[in-house]
Amino acid sequence: MISGQQIKILIVIAALAALALIVPHSGSFVILLATRAMAFAILAMSVDLLLGFTGLSSMGQAAYFGVGAYLTAVLATKLHFGLGWDFWLVVIMGILIGAALAAFFGLFAIRAGGVYFLMITLALGQCVWGLAYRWNSLTGGDNGINLNGRPNFGLDLGNEVTFFYLVFAFFAVSMALMYLLVRSPFGQSLAGIRERELRMQILGYNTWLHKYIAFIIAGGFGGLAGVLWAHTNGHVSPETVVLTTSVDSLLMVVLGGAGTLVGATIGTAIVFGLREYLSTLVPWWQYVLGGVYVLTILYLPMGLMGILTHIGQRFEFKSKSERMKKLATKPS
Amino acid sequence: MTNKLQTTLLGGCLAFGLGLTAQAYAEELRIGFVAPTTGIFAQVGKDMVDGFQLYLDQHGNKLGGADVKFIVEDEQGKPDTAVTKAKKLVLQDHVQMFIGGLLASSGYAMAPVSTQEKTLYISSVPAADDLTQRQLDKYPYFIRTGWSSSQPSHPLGQWACDQGYKKMVSIAADYAFGYEVAGGFQKAFEDCGGKIIQKIWPPLGTKDFGPYIPTIRQDADAIFSLMVGPMSLQFPKQLRGAGYKKPIIGGGTSYDEFALPFMGDEVIGDVSALHYSAAIQTPKNEAFVKAYRAKYGKVPSYYSENNYTTAQWIDEAMQKAGGKWPGPEQFIKIMQGMKIDAVRGPVSMDAERNPVQSIYIKKVEKKEMFGYDKPELWNTIIKTYPNVSQFWTYGKDKFLAQPVYSRDFPPCKYCE
Repeated sequence: MISGQQIKILIVIAALAALALIVPHSGSFVILLATRAMAFAILAMSVDLLLGFTGLSSMGQAAYFGVGAYLTAVLATKLHFGLGWDFWLVVIMGILIGAALAAFFGLFAIRAGGVYFLMITLALGQCVWGLAYRWNSLTGGDNGINLNGRPNFGLDLGNEVTFFYLVFAFFAVSMALMYLLVRSPFGQSLAGIRERELRMQILGYNTWLHKYIAFIIAGGFGGLAGVLWAHTNGHVSPETVVLTTSVDSLLMVVLGGAGTLVGATIGTAIVFGLREYLSTLVPWWQYVLGGVYVLTILYLPMGLMGILTHIGQRFEFKSKSERMKKLATKPS
Repeated sequence: MTNKLQTTLLGGCLAFGLGLTAQAYAEELRIGFVAPTTGIFAQVGKDMVDGFQLYLDQHGNKLGGADVKFIVEDEQGKPDTAVTKAKKLVLQDHVQMFIGGLLASSGYAMAPVSTQEKTLYISSVPAADDLTQRQLDKYPYFIRTGWSSSQPSHPLGQWACDQGYKKMVSIAADYAFGYEVAGGFQKAFEDCGGKIIQKIWPPLGTKDFGPYIPTIRQDADAIFSLMVGPMSLQFPKQLRGAGYKKPIIGGGTSYDEFALPFMGDEVIGDVSALHYSAAIQTPKNEAFVKAYRAKYGKVPSYYSENNYTTAQWIDEAMQKAGGKWPGPEQFIKIMQGMKIDAVRGPVSMDAERNPVQSIYIKKVEKKEMFGYDKPELWNTIIKTYPNVSQFWTYGKDKFLAQPVYSRDFPPCKYCE
């Protein structure tokens, strides 16, 4: 007998397989867009880890994304490092630097909750932006850094399809890892903190440490997304680290549905689709994007994934949906 | 899936059929144009598109005898998006060239796309110096029809020195474009014997100059300013409002026609330098200003002129190529070997693929021009430096031996 959860997993795997099979046979622009969306989706999922599963709305996730991207670009252009097999080292370093920065920022941010947490992460994120913008000798300031070509280690990542598969692999593995994380006892206690932190404290959990670790893990995934993003664009500029990147990732999660991981991905796909594909077709794409946001907030407070909850599980999981509704209406 | 396949097949057949019929009549030139048509720079983006479109409209949508398919893409003022859109133009629309970008950062970001995809990229506005200087070798498919940031600053520095200014304060927007414009000015001014005694860098987008104005040193003879967008409107107003009486001279964007109509009378007498002014007294420019104003209801800015001239350059180069697209390398060679009688004046191309052109020293005056019946602010030309290259009088090798202008270069030797 297959349980509901297993069915969901099968659906996600089928969707991923379809993505991997169909996209490479479409036009090269679609491949490029899908690659970009998947790299960014890793960032969005890391935001979801905080927002959806831990109840922390981080407004500074672009910082980890940014350090990952700048690390890649600086190593590649100044030291010619990371353009062969050492690309894998850069990936690890990107994850580590994202996690390390999150470990540092977390010391300040985790002390607060709710809107204060949001403000602190916003401020810290802007510090990184300021550095990128002003540290001209290292970051090229406003002009940014151009990477000269993608890594080649037997596999030539300069080929868009090869690179698509690489990013796809990272994306799928990240999703699987984050899924395992939130299903683990650790992830369950994060959900407990999200629901009622005080009760968790009374039960003897060190909630600060739990949140701190979740924050670091999210930072690591942010750094990974940054490394991939740098190679996707071949260009890194302060625009990568700017506040709107953080806001975008947060909006994508809310749009798709917080606390689902898949929702973050769907949200990313929709925003990228509208902003970068629809904008090539019609000039009024912004109205569509705005309309989607407004309608989602008004009618689907649980995001697009909420539709599924509405139709399929209205009766069985009544208590759960009420719980999630409470979460969605909580000011954040 | 089947549906999609069918659509693709159908589309393919259609495109193939159309391609065949079109081939029979005339060559089609597909031009991609990347400009910010949404976001805070949307109005500038509109000027860019309008300038190019005006030329196309005046020439029956043909450049050099070839029918033009003009595809505009929105870069939203972000380099990341500019890259995506440039790639879209190349990969999906199979354009022969893409043009545009607004900010230097967009230009920097799109230049590698031209190298990767072996497609011509014409930078009509992005002015980052190094694209045609120290990083030229990386971008063999890149050519510039606009200007480089420090190009007008060198003559302006010389001019300021010739006016007898000895000590000046420089106040410029704190980003790469600001460094290059202010750096070029400082270099030329100090080489002639002047002294920059203070450098102030307000952040890009500053609207309140209250904290900066009191710190301006009073022993300076004049101020050099480089403002962009809304900063241009606020700075002279607030500085004059604070009772400052000495002359203000500025980089081109401090007083360009994009900002000028919204400025007050306090800017009358201020001087700036650029490769274009809407007040150039030539029949060609008068016709351009009138046509542009009749169609779009505003005076053309240098953003409009740059793209109009770009279209003209492509037109004449295509004529030389016999109406057939000769491939990017050959096209660049043709463009480099030409002299254009442009709206802004005579323009040619140096070996580094940057225009050699007149630089105009302009003074803001309130007057009636070209038969318009209302007195308005115009950038009257008070001096013309003809045939100015990006290296000014320094010579290429000597100029390239120094680092690119930055916050700390040239160093502020006379600051205390």
